[in-house]
Amino acid sequence: MSAELGVDEIAIAIESEQDIVTARQRGRELAASTGFRGTDQTLIATAISEVARNIIVYAQRGEILLAPLADGARQGILVVARDRGPGIRDPALAMQDGYSTHRSLGLGLPGAKRLMDEFDLATAVGQGTTITMKKWVR
Amino acid sequence: MQVPILKQRDVLIATIQAALSDQDLVTLRDDLADRIGRFRSRGVVIDVTALDVLDSFATRTIRGIAHTARLRGANTVVVGIQPDVAFTMVQLGLTLDGIATAIDLEDGLDVLERAMAGRRVG
Repeated sequence: MSAELGVDEIAIAIESEQDIVTARQRGRELAASTGFRGTDQTLIATAISEVARNIIVYAQRGEILLAPLADGARQGILVVARDRGPGIRDPALAMQDGYSTHRSLGLGLPGAKRLMDEFDLATAVGQGTTITMKKWVR
Repeated sequence: MQVPILKQRDVLIATIQAALSDQDLVTLRDDLADRIGRFRSRGVVIDVTALDVLDSFATRTIRGIAHTARLRGANTVVVGIQPDVAFTMVQLGLTLDGIATAIDLEDGLDVLERAMAGRRVG
């Protein structure tokens, strides 16, 4: 994955709710400069908001990494959300619509997946969670 | 950044700013519930025109505000959901079921006026 990262990688520490706002604003800016149009900028900013909130709610702290992607002629954006929190005991269940251990709508992770083109969830109980999402300019 | 709440006759108008934090939304819910009682308001307009992201938390909180307001005897109308935001909400599977919406503040006030004239909305 690191081979894909450009020099423009941005790291945002997620330690408070205010950081969620910062992360999605930076994500929108990067999406705009990468060539995404308005609707896709909103989709990306919202997906970032969901995974950043997941960090706050379940792990209290973590970070969001943002980077432009280039794959041949394709341009895109990479969003990584990672934490060293408790991990997710049942990742398949966490990806189900309507499932939540936290009284939320349970649409955060499956919702973020729908908003992006690629979505990968890596988690281990006691070690943390890394969510890697990509979206390509159409 | 606290959400300003304007009182216009028996309607409260809350205009949400762009960089709204989770705590701001929770504070707004509590402020509105309090003021509905203090001013005997019968309608609430939540203006989200400036909001560029309505994620699952924000949507849930706005639903909570509307349901709290209804239990306090006031109707709520959400106005100004931007096209990109609406599209994203649909993709996410988020709904504002049972809550009145309108294109802008003017229409929202019309919706409330009709509701207060006798017919209940949302």
